[in-house]
Amino acid sequence: MSEALSTRRLVQRLLLVVVAMFAFGFLLVPIYDVMCQAFGINGKTAGAYQGSQQVDEARQVRVQFLATNSAGMVWEFGPKAEELTVKPGATNEILFVAYNPTDKPMTAQAIPSVSPSKAAAYFHKTECFCFTQQVLQPGERIEMPVRFIVDRDLPADVRHLTLAYTLFDITARQPPVAHNGG
Amino acid sequence: MSAVIDTDTGHAGHDHHHGPAKGLMRWVLTTNHKDIGTMYLWFSFCMFLLGGSMAMVIRAELFQPGLQIVQPEFFNQMTTMHGLIMVFGAVMPAFVGLANWMIPLMVGAPDMALPRMNNFSFWLLPAAFTLLVSTLFTEGGGPNFGWTFYAPLSTTYAPESVTFFIFAIHLMGISSIMGAINVIATILNLRAPGMTLMKMPLFVWTWLITAFLLIAVMPVLAGVVTMMLMDIHFGTSFFNAAGGGDPVLFQHVFWFFGHPEVYIMILPAFGAVSSIIPAFSRKPLFGYTSMVYATAAIAFLSFIVWAHHMFTVGIPLTGELFFMYATMLIAVPTGVKVFNWVSTMWQGSLTFETPMLFAVAFVILFTIGGFSGLMLAIAPADFQYHDTYFVVAHFHYVLVPGAIFGIFASAYYWLPKWTGHMYDETLGKLHFWLSFIGMNMAFFPMHFVGLAGMPRRIPDYNLQFADFNMVSSIGAFTFGATQFLFLFIVIKCIRGGKPAPAKPWDGADGLEWTVPSPAPYHTFSTPPEVK
Repeated sequence: MSEALSTRRLVQRLLLVVVAMFAFGFLLVPIYDVMCQAFGINGKTAGAYQGSQQVDEARQVRVQFLATNSAGMVWEFGPKAEELTVKPGATNEILFVAYNPTDKPMTAQAIPSVSPSKAAAYFHKTECFCFTQQVLQPGERIEMPVRFIVDRDLPADVRHLTLAYTLFDITARQPPVAHNGG
Repeated sequence: MSAVIDTDTGHAGHDHHHGPAKGLMRWVLTTNHKDIGTMYLWFSFCMFLLGGSMAMVIRAELFQPGLQIVQPEFFNQMTTMHGLIMVFGAVMPAFVGLANWMIPLMVGAPDMALPRMNNFSFWLLPAAFTLLVSTLFTEGGGPNFGWTFYAPLSTTYAPESVTFFIFAIHLMGISSIMGAINVIATILNLRAPGMTLMKMPLFVWTWLITAFLLIAVMPVLAGVVTMMLMDIHFGTSFFNAAGGGDPVLFQHVFWFFGHPEVYIMILPAFGAVSSIIPAFSRKPLFGYTSMVYATAAIAFLSFIVWAHHMFTVGIPLTGELFFMYATMLIAVPTGVKVFNWVSTMWQGSLTFETPMLFAVAFVILFTIGGFSGLMLAIAPADFQYHDTYFVVAHFHYVLVPGAIFGIFASAYYWLPKWTGHMYDETLGKLHFWLSFIGMNMAFFPMHFVGLAGMPRRIPDYNLQFADFNMVSSIGAFTFGATQFLFLFIVIKCIRGGKPAPAKPWDGADGLEWTVPSPAPYHTFSTPPEVK
């Protein structure tokens, strides 16, 4: 039987497949992010607000705030109010408080998540402390604002949203500078 | 193993040496597919005993509720290493060993297509497993995050030895990929004249498909451990939520490798059983073509079902439905295979020598494992089954009487060809029955405790599970001890026994039975004619 490919060519092609699949493994990382964005899963919030700023006076949505420390994080961290009742289209503000009780400067990063996940795409933050890292000096306490808009297109069956933050200690990764750069 | 010098007068070149070299260097430097196959099989058996002894530690600890023998930290290392060693050290190398021995004989090739690479891919394995097992003796212990090494357990919270684990996985991956390339090149380029693709024995077919699975997913495994390495040492955040990564991403990438991996461990067994059942039914295999297509269909489906391992991580409803239905779809080609095996036996002149016993047990018990797989595929039910002993029962039913029984059946079936002697049939049957009883005693009660809510990977359990766990442990000890009988049978068979004819099984079919037993060191130097 005639051979379609010499062994050398065959092995070259198979090695190419191996390299391509190795690259594909890494390609799964951006694909995952794109899929999460496209389907509004994973609680990742939407980008800047694009729609009209008209406030929907007829509708009310409860937004609950949660703050959690990741394992090993010692800061006191929490929202000033447990929940707000907001109107879609309106700009709202809530303050979170963080306090560093240790005697060392520390750096933290907050990671947000919105649930139910199908509502995440309709939750727009215009200002958030999670956009940057927080540096707190020993014993320092700060109030950090979050400004957000709930989209007018939010599905009608969603009446209750949760905005959850997990606070991570990233001091080892990003050593804090001595002066208050926060 | 004694090698018989090929007396074929067709060889003119005198620089062409016929027998194996002498001494230890024969094994280090060999490029002979039979030598390398033998080394793979012995290596795999050593790893089987090592991984098995870890299972014995696990079962000894679980013999009674409470902590008696080992601490939870060490228990975690045992479950992790047991899984890793059995998957990458025992099952996969055993099939590569069988492929090395049998594929050239089955397709009428003189050797594997890339003999030097073959040698290298074997010798990477002892290096990889020495690296992996050595971590048990390091301060902080070996890998303790489960064989699935989910991040952040395996990154943020991992012991220091995780870096050695990562390099060990890299080495195993390179070894498997080279082995797979070799198998593909051999099958596609070295078949005897007349051996068309659709005339190949099913073992060759299933290995060809397995090899493609290997080169498709082992690089993804290499990728995921590389990402772990970068997260741990180079400050990236692939799986670190604090840096914008996502631990769930790890599970997606891992299972994109992991699900095809479970078929890598079972497809070659399908092929071997498809040779053995016709031989002892004295009938040709029923539905050869459908077997080939069913294997290909299973391989294809294995790429689109990975998220059924992660129903509980919070994937959207449409995702749950898609992965549930896709998973259930796998039952269709698998059902075709089981139907074909049963139909092959139907009205055959059956005899039950040891390979046939293992093969029939394979069909029955693998089907039980398949059914519990279907139960796990039901997404809403999986929320209860997830991470319980029911999952442990399921995958041990497909891997022990599936992969391992397939390997035992193959070993008994081809031992006469490898050694030139018949194995001891009485002892072989004893090995089968003790394995069969021990294995069912060990794993069947796990279904019950799992459904009742006993979590996996925990060294202690609620009192209500005590009786079933004791039964499981007794079964596991029986199964474990029985494998020394297998070792004895194999050594006895190598050292002597009734001389085996070229074709010891009257119903067997295939080119491997046209060469003498034991198979000469060089076979098919001139390709055979296949009509």
